[in-house]
Amino acid sequence: MTGLDFTADHFALFGLARAQGIDLPALDLRFRELQAQVHPDKHAHASDSDQRLSMQWATRVNEAYQTLKNPLARARYLLHLLGHDAQVESNTSMPMEFLVAQMELREAVADAKVGADDAALDDLRRKLVAEMKQDYQRLQSLIDAETDYVGASGLVRQLMFQEKLLQEIDDALEAVLA
Amino acid sequence: MALLQIAEPGESAAPHEHRLAVGIDLGTTNSLVATVRSGMSVVLNDERGRPLLPSIVRYLANGEIEVGFSAQAHQASDPRNTIVSAKRFMGRGRKDIAHIEMLPYDFIDAEGMVKLKTAQGIKSPVEVSAEVLKALRVRAEASLGGELTGVVITVPAYFDDAQRQATKDAARLAGLNVLRLLNEPTAAAIAYGLDNGAEGVYAVFDLGGGTFDISILRLSKGVFEVMATGGDSALGGDDFDHRVFCWIIEQAGLKPLSPHDVRLLQVRAREAKEYLSQHSEAPITVKLGSGEYVDLTLTTDIFAEITRTLVQKTLVPTRKALRDAGLAPEDIKGVVMVGGSTRMPQIQHAVGEFFRQEPLNNLDPDKVVALGAAIQANLLAGNRAAGDDWLLLDVIPLSLGLETMGGLVEKVIPRNSTIPIARAQEFTTYKDGQTALAVHVVQGERELVSDCRSLARFELRGIPPMVAGAARIRVSFQVDADGLLSVTAREQTTGHEARIEVKPSYGLSDDEIAAMLKDSFSHASDDAFRRALREAQVEAQRLIEAVASALKEDAELLSTQERTQIDNAIVRLQAAVMGDDRRAIDQAMDALSKGTNEFAARRMNKSVSKALSGKKIDEVGLDA
Repeated sequence: MTGLDFTADHFALFGLARAQGIDLPALDLRFRELQAQVHPDKHAHASDSDQRLSMQWATRVNEAYQTLKNPLARARYLLHLLGHDAQVESNTSMPMEFLVAQMELREAVADAKVGADDAALDDLRRKLVAEMKQDYQRLQSLIDAETDYVGASGLVRQLMFQEKLLQEIDDALEAVLA
Repeated sequence: MALLQIAEPGESAAPHEHRLAVGIDLGTTNSLVATVRSGMSVVLNDERGRPLLPSIVRYLANGEIEVGFSAQAHQASDPRNTIVSAKRFMGRGRKDIAHIEMLPYDFIDAEGMVKLKTAQGIKSPVEVSAEVLKALRVRAEASLGGELTGVVITVPAYFDDAQRQATKDAARLAGLNVLRLLNEPTAAAIAYGLDNGAEGVYAVFDLGGGTFDISILRLSKGVFEVMATGGDSALGGDDFDHRVFCWIIEQAGLKPLSPHDVRLLQVRAREAKEYLSQHSEAPITVKLGSGEYVDLTLTTDIFAEITRTLVQKTLVPTRKALRDAGLAPEDIKGVVMVGGSTRMPQIQHAVGEFFRQEPLNNLDPDKVVALGAAIQANLLAGNRAAGDDWLLLDVIPLSLGLETMGGLVEKVIPRNSTIPIARAQEFTTYKDGQTALAVHVVQGERELVSDCRSLARFELRGIPPMVAGAARIRVSFQVDADGLLSVTAREQTTGHEARIEVKPSYGLSDDEIAAMLKDSFSHASDDAFRRALREAQVEAQRLIEAVASALKEDAELLSTQERTQIDNAIVRLQAAVMGDDRRAIDQAMDALSKGTNEFAARRMNKSVSKALSGKKIDEVGLDA
């Protein structure tokens, strides 16, 4: 497995510049190229140590790919690389208006779930996704253009909140539709 | 001087040295073995030209073991020693197996996995499956003329870790070198995709004898990437047979049956189901052990009606898998149908309607999984040819997690993660001076540990005494390319390092009370529904037993006609108990209770009379 460096950071592994805005098709392509080299299926007939190494590498490539593909995971990882702690565990303070809006959304989801109202859930989901899309654009601008890592960290914490709510809506939809 | 040949890595050292590798589809109902011969994947037939090997094993008292058709021929005459559908028991405890009371075996609820008492002693489902694998190995080695280098064995994509581990153990027991456990729908996608040069997003709908899988794959430039998978590892053709079986009992008004008659009717039910794939009605004629005749006609309409809920059950995971993949039905370019049970017209219809397109049936649904497995085996064994540079990226079907305080699950690896994958989670001690930490590994989507499958428990000892919260214990999960998990725990604050490695398996779990519910999604109403259903079933069972013992004691109090009515009510309740319709159970219980009111009154009179007979009349104050 020449030409690859196990200790390289995720961006370097995929030949990408360290940025929140990345070339997603290039990421996909590079992921496939890397797995075509390291995947255990390519080394099934090789020695035990080769197989072990292959598994470690394939695991590493999968992890890096998952991190970079997901914009929230990517931002957290990038902020970490840039030496900035996003304080996702320690800092729970959020703008009051955000919290109020979130609480209202949460209540609406709970109501729709109780009422088995999948149309309302779909609607809430659409709204939330649109909102998050804007936030992710803002996040990219904060990190890449404005290098405002404190602001970016705050937004990361908010987005974690929203991602969790999105998951709850999906679970509720699942329950209602099942 | 001859030059030394140096092989490129990944290519066989000598072009003529072809390593013998096969793909095995270890099915619930039938199994197959296939290999790649002159670049073509072909199924290896038995000496009589039959491709399928019934997954049936019979243990004879004289020490012989019959596998396949010979065992199948005795399934009605020797039901206790003839094990069918052993795959349904792999890595499963007693509570996990549906309709277990209707199965004609002597089950022993061993730790983690049931076992069966046979004429040759106690056998585990792993041993039974190993016999099927051995028979296929013998067939393959005879056909290929040499010892096998390695095999790829397919498993349902929705199999959990315990079921995968059990399958691998069965292969080891059969003396096979397992190159890879391959998910059945993925195997089918390989066979289909390579055959048709397919590109785009495809769904593989795989309904077998006992399991259901749905996988969404992206096929692009030689990469088969599983985007999401879902299913039900206890839903298959057997369940459709069971509905027909219950229908026969109900229609013919049959009394409680002998194991022999049960198996006979099960076979007839299955034959009728298969007949309906080609015809609009199926005659069912059976002579029971009692000499009684059953003569019924099952139409496609009735069949569709009695199995409608089963068909619906396949669409729930299908919807979920699509959502997990972030896609809608119209994003799917083609739906590949796999498994003999997809021959049922109502399945074809439901799938076509859901995806709004004609399903793809151009490959034999019985063979496509084995053919795909053979292609993968050939590649993994190192028989690489030009154009064989495709790549397979599969996922784990169920989330993996750890038990935390309060019996809650902390997910460590989410479902549909591409494998191999590793994740670590840090924990700490909650008491001052705590030197040990219990690690409980679970699999499933639910929030409560008790609703997930327990995979393994172990203790990390030797943590240096520290104040609560100071220790840092890192628990690492690694899932390999077979989808199998290993767990490591390590304390890392101080120089001291304690470490333990665990291979989860059905043997290690000491607490299988936590039976993972079939539907892995959490919602409270569903739980309440299940609890109510279970309670109704238990109550119904108690009622049946009570009436049966009353009949045993006081049958002479009833006329023949009254007796028949009560017997019929019992049979109807027994049939209802096997289903999952709580209202039907309640109604049948009601009917049986009402039907036995008069009988109960007479019994009461009788026992009162009996009690009175020993006493003087004036003592109880009766008028003379």
